[in-house]
Amino acid sequence: MAEALTLPVVPPLSRKDFVSDQEVRWCPGCGDYSILAQTQKVMPDFGFPKENIVFISGIGCSGRLPYYMNTYGFHSIHGRAPTLATGLKAARPDLMVWVITGDGDALSIGGNHVLHSMRRNVDIKLIMFNNRIYGLTKGQASPTSEMGKRTKSSPAGTIDQPVMPLSIALAAEATFVARSVDTHTEHLQATFESAGRHHGSAFVEVLQNCNIFNDGAWRAFTEREVRDDRMLFLAHGEPMIFGKDRDKGIRLRGLHPEVVTIGEDGVTVDDLLVHDEHAEDPYLAFMLSRLSYPEFPVPVGVFRSVDHPTHDKLMQAQIDEARAKSGEGDLEALLNDGETWVAS
Amino acid sequence: MTTETPARHEDQVQELERVTIRFAGDSGDGMQLTGTQFTRTAAVFGNDISTLPDYPAEIRAPAGSLPGVSGFQLSFSSSEIHTPGDQPDVLVAMNPAALKTNIMDLPAGGALIVNEDAFNQQNLKKAGYASNPLTDGSLKSYTVFSIPISALNARALDGLDMTSKQVDLTKNFFALGIMFWLYERSMDPTLRWIDEKFGAKPIVAEANRRALKAGYAFGETTEIFHTHYRVPSAHLPAGKYRNITGNEAAALGCVAASKLAKRDLFYGSYPITPASDILHQLSTYKNFGVRTFQAEDEIAAIGAAIGASYGGAMGLTASSGPGIALKLEAMGLAVMVELPLVIIDVQRAGPSTGMPTKTEQADLLQVMFGRNGDSPLPVVAPATPAECFDYAIEAWRIALKYMTPVVYLSDAFLASGSEPWRIPDVADLPSIGVENHTDRASFQPYARDPQTFARPWAVPGTPGLEHRIGGLEKADITGNVSYDPENHHRMQLLRREKVARIANDIPELQVAGPATGELLILGWGSTYGAIRSAVERLQAQGRSVAHAHLRHINPFPRNTEAVLRSYRQVLIPEVNLGQLLMLIRARYLIDAIGLDKVRGKPFRIAEIEQTALDLLDRK
Ligand code: SF4
Repeated sequence: MAEALTLPVVPPLSRKDFVSDQEVRWCPGCGDYSILAQTQKVMPDFGFPKENIVFISGIGCSGRLPYYMNTYGFHSIHGRAPTLATGLKAARPDLMVWVITGDGDALSIGGNHVLHSMRRNVDIKLIMFNNRIYGLTKGQASPTSEMGKRTKSSPAGTIDQPVMPLSIALAAEATFVARSVDTHTEHLQATFESAGRHHGSAFVEVLQNCNIFNDGAWRAFTEREVRDDRMLFLAHGEPMIFGKDRDKGIRLRGLHPEVVTIGEDGVTVDDLLVHDEHAEDPYLAFMLSRLSYPEFPVPVGVFRSVDHPTHDKLMQAQIDEARAKSGEGDLEALLNDGETWVAS
Repeated sequence: MTTETPARHEDQVQELERVTIRFAGDSGDGMQLTGTQFTRTAAVFGNDISTLPDYPAEIRAPAGSLPGVSGFQLSFSSSEIHTPGDQPDVLVAMNPAALKTNIMDLPAGGALIVNEDAFNQQNLKKAGYASNPLTDGSLKSYTVFSIPISALNARALDGLDMTSKQVDLTKNFFALGIMFWLYERSMDPTLRWIDEKFGAKPIVAEANRRALKAGYAFGETTEIFHTHYRVPSAHLPAGKYRNITGNEAAALGCVAASKLAKRDLFYGSYPITPASDILHQLSTYKNFGVRTFQAEDEIAAIGAAIGASYGGAMGLTASSGPGIALKLEAMGLAVMVELPLVIIDVQRAGPSTGMPTKTEQADLLQVMFGRNGDSPLPVVAPATPAECFDYAIEAWRIALKYMTPVVYLSDAFLASGSEPWRIPDVADLPSIGVENHTDRASFQPYARDPQTFARPWAVPGTPGLEHRIGGLEKADITGNVSYDPENHHRMQLLRREKVARIANDIPELQVAGPATGELLILGWGSTYGAIRSAVERLQAQGRSVAHAHLRHINPFPRNTEAVLRSYRQVLIPEVNLGQLLMLIRARYLIDAIGLDKVRGKPFRIAEIEQTALDLLDRK
């Protein structure tokens, strides 16, 4: 049914074309507002008519985002958004499909589906809002909550090691892996842009502030005054330099990354790791996915972006091949297939 | 047509109306294949047939052990039959374990063919025999044909470049050859099958050919069989036939529905016994535009199917009881978002993992009520393997017309059992297509068709109809999220009414037998054959008994209550502990009586007949 998309000539859309008539209902001050705004802002850039864009979400505060997008939207059940997206994209390769999820939705109840949608390279853009807490259910520990965190469900502190979302995405063979921050609006837009233009499974972690149940979860390194010193803004082909004075960098010693200061102990820019988001092997991206504050600056940007055949294309190719080989299926012939006999 | 099957002498031929054979052996002995070959041969000859494969859940239980026994029963007849037979007339037992687990079903005087070579000390011990039943007199009430099948077969294959183990693997075809001789069946269909199957392996092909022919020749030349038997072809309604299992028919029906509705079929599935064959089969129909997706789990399988339906395709998923349990939440989502979806449940014995390869009808209440909230959806249930085709189309007709998920209840007996299927003319199949909604002016996501209460199907890609759906309660008409209590109450009623209205669009419940009388036997699903046969016997005895069989369980046909009230008593045999019984009693306040059997096996005709007689004679 779904033909390859040919873009119709339409007047360019603007952000407001993507704003639905529904009243936004997140807590005032929630990081989700910014994520929504940046999402709406970048949508016109892809040149897709808005009827060909679908947002599918699971359960959690993030799950409401589709209601606010004036596109097609499906607010599904907890953890299962990637499964609906997989079926939709398989049936309708012409659509641009976004999955909106959270740390609990994607990594707890829906972990299996994230793993498999990524490894299949389903052409979906999965945006995971990571606030390290269950917000909608009012403040229980999530799979990304730090060890020992005291919450309503863990008054004595959690005893579970948190998962590293991007390490998981990379281990699951995601072909596009990136991270950004809710308040870094331009960086967030640029990250969504890159994800939207990627063909294949994109996993984007957005560090999001839940000001009601986990305020300041990322503040230690995302605040304007400290972020240059405590974050590493990845750029393809560039050495990994950070710091307000652009004098710090990441160097590899043996298999281990270390922070060095340019100019000290004879360290030069040439000693630093150079980012390669297109590297076919995932080692560099995986190493970056393990860096965390305060030992290291927290990397943001595109960790990995490689081009592999997508799930829907491979599926379509098998159908095309079968049709080329046996012709379009003939129902009459199919029903009469095999050993038959006639009773008179 | 040339034939390799020799012409036979006309002496000592006895004509029979119906014969039931059970092949039993170790799971490594190829009993399913042997049974299938006999079935095809009998079918092509023109007999009516009915089969009951019965195989262990373990892929490789220890050779020679009791749990490793695999059986295949088939009944073939010159008249119309509805069941694979209560008891075999002939039991072929390839080893002591097969004898031990099957002999109790063979009636006194029945024929028993055994591979005497397998009755060695080791195998006897594995089967728990203290002494050899072939020599200790314990089988004297049967007509025993003790044949050294392994040795004779090995001799026939002498000179072929094969290991003795490989040679032994062909002994089932020797046994099949004997049965072909005994029942006057041509070897040709099986010889053709061997050529097709083993064409690339000439030695294996030759070995199987020799084994089959040697068995046949043994039957002809040996003195041990005094008679052979003839079961003339049946007078089936005119038409072109093929032999079909329920799973095959379900898969074909869904492809047919896709063609009829002119929408691509998307099949999301996770491997599970006894539903996996549907995935295997549908995955070969890619040139029909069928997209098959082997998901990471049962939930993903139905989630993907819902996603595909949302996109305008026909989203299908299938599983068995344990898998359906995992899908129930997503089925509730489909109820809420009102998208077409078909969920096939090939039921097996539960609870939990239960007995994966054994049949049961115990998921009815699960699919009716196993979801949070009042969550009505239509349920259909084919009664025979061939009907599995028709009801796949019917399930799709309802799903598309009413914008609803539909459950299709099959079971292990229907799924792997087979019967002759009269191939329909494509032109005679119903038209079930529906249009996508495209008109902007009239569009409201939850506005309903005044007749069917279906909401519009507005698929992504349609300009101007951008809208949002989901699992949260919907406001009537607009489909926006609503927590309004009045609205929720109204939506619950609307969802219920939508399913209830389907009763106006399905056939009335048919009765075989008197329109009023002493006893109605009401069934659903795969109990059809046994009930039908029992009722025919009772009617032949002049009893006032009728049979009605539900194919639509939700909603019930509109005349159901009237039918039930036309008889003094209602008996409901089910392969569960009384699930339809509970629905009928709750719905109609009728004091129906249940007949339960949950032994992983279909009902026998005699069991139903006897219960009916007891009821009729009860004062
Ligand atoms: S609970 Fe937290 S995440 Fe949810 S809307 Fe409120 S602030 Fe945002």
